[in-house]
Amino acid sequence: MPESQTMANSHELLELYKVSKSFGPVQSLADVDLTIPLAKVTALVGDNGAGKSSLVKCIAGIHSADSGEIVFEGKHIKLKSPRDAADLGIETVYQDLALCDNLDIVQNMFLGRERTRKGLLDEDSMEQSAKETLASLSVTTVRSIRQPVASLSGGQRQAVAVAKAVMWNAKLVIMDEPTAALGVAQTRMVLDLVRRLAERGLGVLIISHNMNDVFEVADRIAVLRLGRMVAQEDVKAFDRQIIVDLMTTGSSTRTAAKANSHGIESKEN
Amino acid sequence: MAPNMQPYESALDTNENQPKDDIVAKVAEDDALPAAAGANYVEVNTLSEYISSSISKVKNGDSGILPVLVGLIIIAIIFQSLNSNFLSAGNLVNLLSQGAVYIMLALGEIYALLLGEIDLSIGYVAGVAGIITAQLASAQHNWPWWAAIIVALLVAGAIGAIQGTIITRVGLPSFVVTLAGLLGWQGVMLLILGNGGTLPISSNVLNDLANASITPTAGWIVIIALVAVYAAITLAREFRQRKNSLHHTPASLVYFKIAGAAIAGVVLVLISNANRGVLVPIEGLPWVVLIVIAFVAAWSLLLGRTKYGRYVYAVGGNGEAARRGGVNLAVIKTIAFALASFTAGAAGILYASRLRSVSTSLDGGTLVLYAVAAAVIGGTSLFGGKGKPIHAVLGGIVIAGIDNGMGLLGISAALRLIVTGLVLLAAVVIDALARRGKTTR
Repeated sequence: MPESQTMANSHELLELYKVSKSFGPVQSLADVDLTIPLAKVTALVGDNGAGKSSLVKCIAGIHSADSGEIVFEGKHIKLKSPRDAADLGIETVYQDLALCDNLDIVQNMFLGRERTRKGLLDEDSMEQSAKETLASLSVTTVRSIRQPVASLSGGQRQAVAVAKAVMWNAKLVIMDEPTAALGVAQTRMVLDLVRRLAERGLGVLIISHNMNDVFEVADRIAVLRLGRMVAQEDVKAFDRQIIVDLMTTGSSTRTAAKANSHGIESKEN
Repeated sequence: MAPNMQPYESALDTNENQPKDDIVAKVAEDDALPAAAGANYVEVNTLSEYISSSISKVKNGDSGILPVLVGLIIIAIIFQSLNSNFLSAGNLVNLLSQGAVYIMLALGEIYALLLGEIDLSIGYVAGVAGIITAQLASAQHNWPWWAAIIVALLVAGAIGAIQGTIITRVGLPSFVVTLAGLLGWQGVMLLILGNGGTLPISSNVLNDLANASITPTAGWIVIIALVAVYAAITLAREFRQRKNSLHHTPASLVYFKIAGAAIAGVVLVLISNANRGVLVPIEGLPWVVLIVIAFVAAWSLLLGRTKYGRYVYAVGGNGEAARRGGVNLAVIKTIAFALASFTAGAAGILYASRLRSVSTSLDGGTLVLYAVAAAVIGGTSLFGGKGKPIHAVLGGIVIAGIDNGMGLLGISAALRLIVTGLVLLAAVVIDALARRGKTTR
């Protein structure tokens, strides 16, 4: 198993050491190490059943790991509920986005954390903040911030879900298959948004099946196979064939040199 | 090229015109017609833009109150042409106090409908509240009228809270639990009243709730004050939003709404201040209208401007999203069922007051179905997340109008039920067609 490679100029946001998780007799995760640096997009790839979702749920506080350690910003933490994760600044954008179609963009972004004044909702201040957050993410395609989410396109919904996560001072944003249901133009918009999150200094963990998206947006790639981390490296160490080899067999005899001119060797076992 | 998931991804991209699920369908729609989906939500600056955007909203299934207003006008024209007494002052006031019970029950039912649930019990919960009020205020117990009302409303709310707790904690469908309530509370009513029994109300104040009016001068003062408060709140909000360059409704529309409220208020007072007595002069705004206005205002405030109201809409729209946002679904739902029964309790007191008695002739089954019909005709969705208290008012007036108009024409109860059923069907069909138009456009 490769040692996580620390970039000299980046700070580690989240580190997992030997995290294991079993559901009854099924071992979903076995001694998984994972490093998520600040200001970088880490892509988590793996075949169906590789343990991607279990790993994400351990980080999001939905499951608690059976063993292993989680270090967030240099501190050992225990995550017992999604609330714990949210309090630390870990926000997850699920595949189903968890938006209420009948509420407008502002109402969705503040759902569960509404601001009030004298017991009544402070719509003006919420709208102002939502507007600022969307503008800071350069989400300009929505016509009106007061339109119901039902009237938005898939990409716009994704943008709203991301903006909702970012608005709560997230330090780590986890995205589960953000482009799975989107067309070409919409995918473009969401990938740009993911890059902007990293540029803002946030750590981003993105799960994707789509290799085009992964190579386009990720700085680092982590490959899971049957609950084990078989590789995690800078994106330059991989090409598509290597990823597919790693996902299916756990090793690859290829080196990325054949695929790209940077010539950095992959260190998979 | 990576061989793994590419075929699947590209299949999704090319098959967008054959929607596999809702999200994909919406994406396809937007990609094909970039201007269409959001077009209704362009920032509107003038009244004419607002009207055209409202019309396109109706076409897209986001109907609001426009169809029911049109329906009301049609009903008025038909019945007035058949019987010139329909729009007379006396009949209109009568219609309002008849409709008050439907409106109040629909106001309660909206809490259940907004959650995507239903409450079938509120008709007989209303009956139970009426009995408690009549019983406590009777010569036998001799409670003051206000204490009787408070106890009756609290008992009604508690009934709703118990039913809501069973629904949320045991995880049963609201349909079944409140159906049990419908049967059970009818039984309790029969038990107290005895077979064919009647419980008269002796308190004058209680009888006056649905039968007496305030003086004509007081009517003017109250309505002018209400319109002034409404205008002040609306203008202040519009001014604040404009100042902070937030999303706001066009100024001309704000004036239009205020003018509409003022005209409605003036007409209401003029109608009710006309002498409608036959033997002795009767005039003035009925108390029951003010009670309904108070409930509509309070519930509009609760649903539209508080955290609790926001969560009711969120739970009805997407319960899972609300839960992940930290909303306690069980608490929100239980309170909603309690509020539904509480409001129904008020409806039951008004019903008893109107008849000056409670008897076994109170048909809670029909009442609750009229309440659901009124809410849906008014524009509330049966599927949760969409609806406002004002919908209950408009729908309740439609139901009472049909009932009243056909009664004036001497049409049998059988035909009245058939027509009411057809109107409900028409309202739901229009809603469903508009919805379908939205998704397959």
